[in-house]
Amino acid sequence: MINFDYIKPATQKAAIDALNKDATSQFIAGGTNLVDLMKRGVVSPQKLIDINNLPLKSIEQQKGFIRIGALTLNSDVAEHELIRKKLPLLSQALKAGASPQLRNMATVGGNMMQRTRCPYFYDTTMPCNKRQPGTGCGALKGYNRMHAILGASDKCIAVHPSDMCVALTALDATVVISSRKGDRRIPFADFHRLPGTTPEKDNNLQRGEMITAIEVPDNNEFSKKALYIKIRDRASYAFALISVAAALDIKGNTIQNARLAMGGVAHKPWRLTGAENFLKGKTASLENFNQAAAISMKDAKGYGYNNFKLKLAPNTIVQTLKTV
Amino acid sequence: MGYFDDDDRVNGKAIVTGKAKFIAEHEVANVTHGVIVGSTIAKGSITAMDTKTAERAPGVLAVITHLNSPTVPGYDAGGNPVKGPTGGKGFQVFNGPAIYFNGQPIALVVADTFERATYAASLVKSQYQKNEHTTNFDEAGKSVVALEDARYKDNIRGEVDGYKNAPVKIEAEYVVPIEVHNPMELHATIALWEGDDKVIVYEKTQGVKSSQRSIMNAFKLKEENVRVYAPFVGGGFGSALRTWPHAIAALIGAKKTGKPVKLVLSRDQMFTMVGYRPFTKQKIGIGATADGKLLGITHEADSITSMYEVFNERSVDVSRFLYACPNVTTRYHVYPFNVSTPTWMRGPGEATGTFALESALDELSYALNLDPIELRLRNYAETDPQNGKPYSSKFLKEAYQLGADKIGWKNRDSKPLSMKEGEWMVGYGMGTGVFGAGRGTAKALARIFADGTLLVQSAVSDSGPGTATAMTKIASGIMGIPGNKVTFELGDSSLPPGPTQGGSTTTSTLGSAVYDVSMALKNKLVELAKENSIFHTTEIHSAKAEDFVLENGNIMLASNRNKKISYTDLLKQNNLNQLEVTEESKGNEEMKKYVAYSYAVHFVKVLVHPATGVVKINRVVTATDGGKIISPKTAESQMIGGVVGGIGMALMEEGVIDNRYGRWVNNNFADYHVPVHADVPHIEALFVNKPDLILNPTGAKGIGEVALIGFAAAVANAIYHATGKRIRELPITPDKLI
Ligand SMILES: Cc1cc2nc3c(=O)[nH]c(=O)nc-3n(C[C@H](O)[C@H](O)[C@H](O)COP(=O)(O)OP(=O)(O)OC[C@H]3O[C@@H](n4cnc5c(N)ncnc54)[C@H](O)[C@@H]3O)c2cc1C
Repeated sequence: MINFDYIKPATQKAAIDALNKDATSQFIAGGTNLVDLMKRGVVSPQKLIDINNLPLKSIEQQKGFIRIGALTLNSDVAEHELIRKKLPLLSQALKAGASPQLRNMATVGGNMMQRTRCPYFYDTTMPCNKRQPGTGCGALKGYNRMHAILGASDKCIAVHPSDMCVALTALDATVVISSRKGDRRIPFADFHRLPGTTPEKDNNLQRGEMITAIEVPDNNEFSKKALYIKIRDRASYAFALISVAAALDIKGNTIQNARLAMGGVAHKPWRLTGAENFLKGKTASLENFNQAAAISMKDAKGYGYNNFKLKLAPNTIVQTLKTV
Repeated sequence: MGYFDDDDRVNGKAIVTGKAKFIAEHEVANVTHGVIVGSTIAKGSITAMDTKTAERAPGVLAVITHLNSPTVPGYDAGGNPVKGPTGGKGFQVFNGPAIYFNGQPIALVVADTFERATYAASLVKSQYQKNEHTTNFDEAGKSVVALEDARYKDNIRGEVDGYKNAPVKIEAEYVVPIEVHNPMELHATIALWEGDDKVIVYEKTQGVKSSQRSIMNAFKLKEENVRVYAPFVGGGFGSALRTWPHAIAALIGAKKTGKPVKLVLSRDQMFTMVGYRPFTKQKIGIGATADGKLLGITHEADSITSMYEVFNERSVDVSRFLYACPNVTTRYHVYPFNVSTPTWMRGPGEATGTFALESALDELSYALNLDPIELRLRNYAETDPQNGKPYSSKFLKEAYQLGADKIGWKNRDSKPLSMKEGEWMVGYGMGTGVFGAGRGTAKALARIFADGTLLVQSAVSDSGPGTATAMTKIASGIMGIPGNKVTFELGDSSLPPGPTQGGSTTTSTLGSAVYDVSMALKNKLVELAKENSIFHTTEIHSAKAEDFVLENGNIMLASNRNKKISYTDLLKQNNLNQLEVTEESKGNEEMKKYVAYSYAVHFVKVLVHPATGVVKINRVVTATDGGKIISPKTAESQMIGGVVGGIGMALMEEGVIDNRYGRWVNNNFADYHVPVHADVPHIEALFVNKPDLILNPTGAKGIGEVALIGFAAAVANAIYHATGKRIRELPITPDKLI
């Protein structure tokens, strides 16, 4: 880790100004990801702008949606009355992530911005297009057990490791972003990117911008049948091999609407739009679930060590739909 | 014995309240900090090093490389060998430019703070002449050649590959990957020279005496001039059985700078610098008669070692002694790769070997349609199959019974795929663990003070099993002094020499010394007491030590307990502040007629999810024949710890090296998985608890290794029972079951 400056501004404006002033600066929130990356030499910001003094720790009911401040702790979101009642999928996904200690530090904004856990990204002596564009992808022909099966490119097959983001994608959340120019909003599903030829870009946040909040529609019809299933190598405190977030709006035995997203499979939380469309208006039957899973896997591709995901992913989709 | 007033760990409170100082926590005045720089290639040699930027970085006192390292007199002159493993010789740090593995220590940065040393370490640059490396069998294909060494001669009992002629036989291959000890406490050394030829070293070690000897040998120092401390050790599992290059590097750094140096490995360095369980491929052929009498076992293994040192854990040996079988062939080969040297890891050899043997036996039991325990009982060895010697004690049958009854073995439906709980497939499995029980030589000192307290000392480490607690119990029991008035001091090489804590022998070896020294002190007290007027009758003057009883700080006559005197009074009357004895204790001649083993039988119940391959260990019962259990609570902890290690081995632990770079890709706790609480069910640890008084006077055999040995097979067998799938490659992760 290099020596760095540290400031802790009191206002959002001051924080954003500081970020714009200094090209080598970076926000720090819970620090649970950034500090690790700095210790490993993966990133080396010369100035840290600690944003924990900003008044962005809140969970509020607004008309038709719930607004969650970017600095709200993962643990606070997971346990909040409102979230547990109206957005159980989000609560479940958060609790499936990391460990209680980490969730007590990690923030919503930090969680969205966390980097991939690809080992080639972490080891600065190995090639990685995400860390150092042009050096190649170490994982492509390497140890890629945790890696993507959907939406990858030959430049990068890393996955986004978040659980929370899978639920937020399924729930049609919106990201509120602030900058000197004011606020803008983008759909959560458009926040993270696919690697394409620019895997160094994880998402569409521009330099100089800050995530200030997430807004999640509180559609009641999805709160009753919601389930997050995470398959991992141990019972807790491990990243997903495959995770599935599902929420169903069912009347009688007919699916009115389905929300489905998958984690551990792509460079971004992977919304299963094809499966959602297919399930709409269908009966909730194993046959239809199988079909939905098959649709979801249409373009999936394995890279060797992760071939098992081609089977585990559809199995988990079906399992989640069955159970929910 | 039997005077055990308290079951708790004598130092438990200190450990949980943070009072116990682990190695890196010791405060040494003016200490500086050393950080090791590892190589970034796996094979070749260093052609140039740029240390200037690092040297100029703030707070840096020295950057030491092979180019400027002070000479280590015990190292080979002319540098490390360039070719081929050299037998049992460890890696010699900063002794030449040759690179044998990726992450090999190539420089040590010493600075005033840890952070500055870490930063400066990132500035050290080196150039290499790079050669082609290989780190595993798959990639190397046929290009690696097994090392020639007399120690790996094929071992044949009866007919070669005799199993082949059996009417019922199983042939299968099993794989155990690299596993890394990963004790919670990072390896650490603090080195403090007092002049040129005298050094104090705080060292994470399972043996303060063996570390002292290694340091003496490396620096050619006198025994009294090397003092090694390890009062508390935060786990070792074998990784702290030897003095590794980083420890010598700390001594080198302290020598070079003239200041004490503290060196703590990072977690990723724990994967390359302190050993691991070697990757091992095994083949088993096992054959039996139709009614389940074993006719032959052939057990072969290929294992890995480094390019500079041979490590051989003989994982096939277990097939020679666990069961009665007339024809046994074992073959064991070690291949050199560009990796660091593996080392003993909990249950060494047998943990790997039993995964194959106990899985194969399970496969055979299904082929024979015979209960797996019944199959084992039909081949129960009544004497050592290798040499016909009787066992000093063997209660394996009792352990089978104990564990089977507890878990309800009989109530299961033994057919694969036959049991369910909701969606989950249910399976029961068992596996046997065995490990040699031994007794070495140890010295201990016992000193009773006029205030009635007792001090017992020996130069051993306690890496977690609760050695101080067990020793306190032995001494307290013999001396009739409550446990809270007894102190057992360890972790200092200047104490009377004790054994290295490894191979499950501490309680047997050291316990015997504590037993002997306590008996000797008791006799001394009795001698004094005999002179005391209250015992003055002619009858008593001819009494023997056995006629006296020591209880609750008093010495009394067994035949008339009213005649007693307290130790305190006895010492005062004799004008003594204290009374002490030192005794050396070692195995007896009698033992040569016997063989000694400890056993554990692991029973597990697993739940397997059919669609996702998730395995939950639902219940564990482990029944152990470890001789007399001296300290029930710490013994139970020991078994629980071993089982947790076994869960890791069975389901999640796998060290991965990317052969293209020769570098680790999961050298951290996020990617290298060990069990978390949610993976660990209630574990019931049962003991046969029958003393083995032939092995040693305490009757204890040892349990540290068998706690894990055989467990992985029990899980694999249970998974087969649940799913009908036989997984022969560890760890059994969800991908292998879907
Ligand atoms: C061992 C381990 C296991 C884990 N397991 C899981 C898991 O199973 N599932 C899972 O989902 N996660 C897991 N995590 C990741 C964890 O969720 C993230 O580390 C955490 O959410 C990051 O939040 P933070 O507030 O600490 O971010 P920081 O580390 O403070 O910041 C991360 C990044 O976000 C940027 N940032 C922070 N806030 C903002 C903002 N408001 N606007 C713009 N940029 C911002 C920072 O500049 C930085 O680049 C694990 C982490 C560890 C260390």
